[in-house]
Parts: sequence; structure tokens; C-alpha cells
Amino acid sequence: MLSRAADSLYWLARYTERADSTGRLLMMGRRLAMLPEGVSGDDWRSVLRVAGSESWVAAGSEVTESDVVAILLLDPANPSSIRASLDRARANGRAVRTAITLEMWEALNDGWRRLERLNTDRAVRELPTLIDWVRGYVARFRGAVSTSMLRTEGHDFLRIGGAVERAGLTLRLLDVNYHLLLPEGEPTGGHRDHYRWNALLQTLSGLRAYYHVYRDNVRPWHISDFLITNRVFPRSLAFSVGQVRYHLDRLAHEHGQAMACHRSVELLDDRLARMGEGDIFRYGLHEFVQESLSELDRLSREIGEAYHF
Amino acid sequence: MAFDELRDENGGVRAAYAEVARWIEANGLDALAQRREEAEAIFRRIGITFAVYGEGGDPERLIPFDLIPRVFSASEWSLLDRGIRQRARALNAFIHDVYHRGEIISAGIVPADLVYGNAAFLPQMLGFDPPGGVYSHIVGIDIVRTGDREFAVLEDNCRTPSGVSYMLENRSIMQRMFPRLFAGGSVRAVETYPQMLRETLREVAPPATKGEPMAVVLTPGPFNSAYYEHSYLADLMGIELVEAPDLFVDSGGVWMKTTAGPRRVDVIYRRIDDDYLDPLSFRPDSLLGVPGLFHAYRAGQVTIVSAPGAGIADDKAIYVFVPAMIKFYLGEEAILPNVQTWRCALPDERAYVLENLDKLVAKEVHGSGGYGMLIGPKATKDEIEAYARRIRANPADFIAQPTLDLSTAPTLGGEGAEDAELVGRHVDFRPYCLVGREVRLVPGGLTRVALKPGSLVVNSSQGGGVKDSWVLEG
Repeated sequence: MLSRAADSLYWLARYTERADSTGRLLMMGRRLAMLPEGVSGDDWRSVLRVAGSESWVAAGSEVTESDVVAILLLDPANPSSIRASLDRARANGRAVRTAITLEMWEALNDGWRRLERLNTDRAVRELPTLIDWVRGYVARFRGAVSTSMLRTEGHDFLRIGGAVERAGLTLRLLDVNYHLLLPEGEPTGGHRDHYRWNALLQTLSGLRAYYHVYRDNVRPWHISDFLITNRVFPRSLAFSVGQVRYHLDRLAHEHGQAMACHRSVELLDDRLARMGEGDIFRYGLHEFVQESLSELDRLSREIGEAYHF
Repeated sequence: MAFDELRDENGGVRAAYAEVARWIEANGLDALAQRREEAEAIFRRIGITFAVYGEGGDPERLIPFDLIPRVFSASEWSLLDRGIRQRARALNAFIHDVYHRGEIISAGIVPADLVYGNAAFLPQMLGFDPPGGVYSHIVGIDIVRTGDREFAVLEDNCRTPSGVSYMLENRSIMQRMFPRLFAGGSVRAVETYPQMLRETLREVAPPATKGEPMAVVLTPGPFNSAYYEHSYLADLMGIELVEAPDLFVDSGGVWMKTTAGPRRVDVIYRRIDDDYLDPLSFRPDSLLGVPGLFHAYRAGQVTIVSAPGAGIADDKAIYVFVPAMIKFYLGEEAILPNVQTWRCALPDERAYVLENLDKLVAKEVHGSGGYGMLIGPKATKDEIEAYARRIRANPADFIAQPTLDLSTAPTLGGEGAEDAELVGRHVDFRPYCLVGREVRLVPGGLTRVALKPGSLVVNSSQGGGVKDSWVLEG
């Protein structure tokens, strides 16, 4: 297929997933801000940090819900905002209209301008409804991909983009919250951290899944295992990397050629597969997360190079 | 009195409209009016939009869609069908002639300066033979109706006529909203158009092509007003939609940049103007286009559809000579007449035009889209005088035609359900004739309707709308 089309499909998926991710973060902020007094902290700022948008507020200033809703939901100039993500997702879809199906296009085109005329006050009031709508919009798009798209290379590029973006969110959540998960934090953290662990899992739709997998109370070492190396949780790093590898393998097969990105994803995937519980802490959670983020960046670059984006 | 397509002189519904009249009766006008919004929502969701240049506002605007179909009987269509094919063949013969021996010029039928001095004439095309001898592969012919069996051609479009996606979408939306209306099977299908177009592209591939030809649609990109149509046609033909930066040329031919490296391209259905095809051959200042494309074309490595320079045949100054072309090349009388046209380049005709400007429609020879025209009977005295000054300054740039009493088709009037009424509105018609090794024509086309009461301008840029167009089975 056209390299330009492959590039647009990759980014189309990234932007739809980003809209969904940012919506999840906004709801996480709400959940944390509603914690009892003394338990909540600078939660809205940490939401901005995970979304890579901390530079939109002044250092040291108090960050309110209203600020964050304006920046992450409505601001068309912030590439992490939901508004910008939906605009860009649709623009990418429109640019490669023939590489996506009618159902996918209708999902992208239906209601995409809903956020344009909202003011911040109203958006804050209606936040849960709006985020539900965003998640529905993205879910409809994913459903259209699943049931209508030919399983040719365009589908592979789309899935790779989605998996890279999901892996990125999980890693950034861990990056900003790693201190909550350190083993030595447990005795002192107690009650307060428990709320936060739950919020972290809920943000990734993983709280109930966690109980199914561990049949145990929420414990920080389980959480990092669950979000990083677990192979059945679809928002874990290992799962996303496995997805990227699967689709890159398909592309290598189709093109009869493996390239730098294929070697990188194998290394990353194999390394995650070898990790046992506790290994990450021995290595250093923060270091591991930082390294993984830069490897994900490199992988994304190498994919572009391999397929002439 | 304009010809009323719905009713005859005695107020009876004409046979062709019997089905439509029954349908309107059964639904009720108010119920139909309520469903207008539904149609609009579908158009909006599918993203069938167009842009109006230079007006700002919504960059993706909807074209108004009128729910009442416009109908042609089988015998009316048989006349149109023959007339359209005849015209498409003659226009192609003319383009071939002017880029070769120019016999029609030697014969004194078409003046040399109108051809060789024309901006649409490309000397680079002289002596070149495109595959199959075809220059204009998609001929859009604008036809008006003035009486029972009276049709006339208003304009030819030999470059890249647009609007065919509306023909297809209008039908598809009508079928979706009113499936039972089509249950009788009396309306002929238009859905085969994209397959016919693909077949046409395949037939005109360079003779040296090995295996199945690779055809692509070349678009200026998502910001072009007709982008929706470009993507729609590529999608329905199952071929790539490319932009100029996706293509490059080397000594071996034209290639597109794909994830698996360069891939050869044999046929380019381009939806960009001649000027922007190839900066090396046409406009060195242009950042658009594919450098070297024209050279590859002349070397027979790729076919460009329609051929560069095909526009020489659809110039409004050349239009006057089409009936003579038909006679000259085909030895036939024109089945569809032209509208009487005065060329301001000729002193006698200019004098007549200037004297009667308040009764005529005057147009710029190179204009399109309803821009730059004067409708005498609707114009103020000042407008007429200003236009007359322009004609005197550059007479060769203008033609004039009588103000035609375009036929009216039944149209849903009023704003909402309460004031819904059936009104007659002026319409025209654009069929899309395909020319490859064979000449193909789907039974249908795009009906444009002037939605403002009394208006004769059907262009979408001037407040016109569109309708589904039916051709009935014989």
C-alpha cells in the first residue's frame, strides 16, 4: 500500500487511542480529587504529567479541574487533548479515505465536532457524559475495524499504532506513579496508597481483571507485574508489545523482509517474557519504565523508516 | 411558460412521473418534508461535502438534496443516449484532429486562432497518439430541456467533470430511505458506473503494459472541494487514491511509493488541472505535480486520463462548432442541438449582444461554475452597463445565449412540515459518458436544481441543489 496511507493509518489509530486514554486520565483525576481530605494531593497536576501536558500550566501553580478540562478535553492546540486527537484522527482517516472502510469512516465522522462549541464550565459539569461519549466514539471505531476491515497490511499498521499508544499510556502512568508501587512505600502508605492503587487499575479498566488474575488484595508488586509483564491483560506492556510483534511479523512475512524494527520488537518482547515477579524491582522500576519508554519511541521511529513513512 | 415535467397542459400527471406522483400522494408532503433532515444527517455522516471557494465559513458544506426524483421516460432517454454518445465521439475526434493535421481548420470550419491561440491548447501534445486515440475519457455534457422532446446542450466538459458521486449517492440515499419506491424495478440502475470507469481505465493502459494495469486516482488532496468524490471513486473501483508526492518518475516509468518500495503505475485518472500535472512541462513555479510525468506520458509509459490538452474541446468559444464537428467527423446531424450562441468576437454578433444584453445570458468563454456570468433579465441597469464595458474591452472572452426557459421539475418547497408544498423549480442535467475502446453510458446522471424560486442558476456554488435522476425501463 502507499507509504503515506500506512503512515496515516498508524496515526489514525494512535489518535483514536489517545482520545480514549486522555478521557481515562480525566476520570482518574476526578476519582482522585474526590478522595477524602488529606488523602488527595496535587492530583490534577499529575494527570497533566501523565498526558505529557504539564508544560501547559505554570510551574508551582495550583492546578484545578477546570484548568485540566480546558487543556486535556477542549484545547485544539494541545496534541494530547481529546479535541485535537479526534480532529487529527478524522483528518488522517479522511486523507486515506480509501484505505479505511465506510463503517470506520462513519464512526469517525459521526459527531466529531461535538467538542467544538463547548465552554469549559459546561464541559466540567458534563464531564462524565462527555467522557462516556468519547469512549463510545472510540469503541465504535474499534468495533468497525474489527468487523469490517480487510486483514491486509493496512490493518497491521492500524493495530500497531493502537498498541504503541496503549503501551505508552500504561508506561506513562507507571512513570508518574512509580513511587506508589515501591515495596518500601507499603508500610507507611497504608490507606492512602490503597485508594491510589485502585484508581490506577480503574483507569486502565483493570481492577476487576486484577481480582480475576490474582485473587488477592491489591498489592503494589502485583500491580507492576500486572501492568508490565502480564500476557492476558490487554493493557499491559507485554500484551501491547506482543501485539506489535505479531503485526510486524505479518508485515515481514508479506514483504518477505525483516528490518531493524523487527529485531527491536523481538528483543523487547523476549525480555518481558523472561521477567519473573520481583525482577523489575531488583532492576529498578523507575529505570525500567524510563528505558521502556525510550525503546518504544525508537521502535516507532524504526517502523516509519522500514516502511518509508 | 417553462416546460413542466410533472404535468401536461391539462394539468394531468405525465406518464413518466406516475410512480413519483403516487409516492408523493401516499406519503404526504408534510411527512416527506420531515424526512429531509434524515437525508441531511445521512449526507453529513457519510461526509458527502463540497467546499465553496472564497466564502469562508464551514469548509465542508453539504449540497442541498431534494427528495423528489427527476424522471426520464425510456423514449426520452433513448434520444439522450444517442445524442450524448454521438457528441462524446465527435469531441474526441476533434481533439485528435487539432493535435494532428487540423483538417477541420484547413476545411475552414473552425477558425485557426480559436484553436491555436487558445490557452487550453497544448502545443506539447502535437503529433502524440494517446492509447486508443482517446483524449477525453469522461465527457460530462450539460443538457437542458425546453419542451416535450426538446433538449439542448448548454456546455461540454472534457477535462475532469465532477459530480458523478452525487449521482451515485443520491440514488443510494433514496434507496435507503424509500426502499419500496424502487421495489417495482422500473428504475434503471446507475450503480455500475465505477466498474465501467475501471474498465475504461483498463482499456486505455499503455500497450506495453505487462499483466493487469495498475490504475490510480490522482487527487490534489483533502482540501480540494471535490476530494470526497475522488476518494469515493477510488474506493468503489478498489484502486489507490494518490497525491502527487506519492508518485515519482524515472527512466523506467511512473512509480508510487509503497510500503514495499516503488510500485509501477500504468494509468492515472487525474483530478488535477493540466497546469499542475508536471512542473517540468507546464508550470515551473508550481510546487504541485509530478516532475517528469509528461515525459513518461509521451514515452508511452503511462496513460493520463483525461489527456493533457483535452480542454481545447470544451472551451465555450469552441462549443459553437460542435454540431459542425459532428457533421465533419461522423457525417451525421447532431441529435442534441446546441443552444443558440452569439460570439462577441464577431462584430455583427457583438453588436447584437450589446444591444440585447438585458434579454440574454452572457458568459465568460473560460469561466465555469456559474461565476462571471450575467443573466440579463435579472440584472440591474448598472450591472448590465458594467458587463457591456467588459465585453467591449475583451470581446473575444465573451459569448451570449438567449435566456432559456429551462424546464421545471417538481421539488419539495417550504421550510418545514407545516408549509411543505410541491413547487416547480428549474433543472438541468449532466450525464457522464465514458470513452475507452468502447463508449459507455449509465442510464442516469446528475440533476441540478435551482432551489430559489424563479432562479435559473443551478450551480451548487450559487445555491443550487441536486436530485436523484431516474431513467425508466422501456
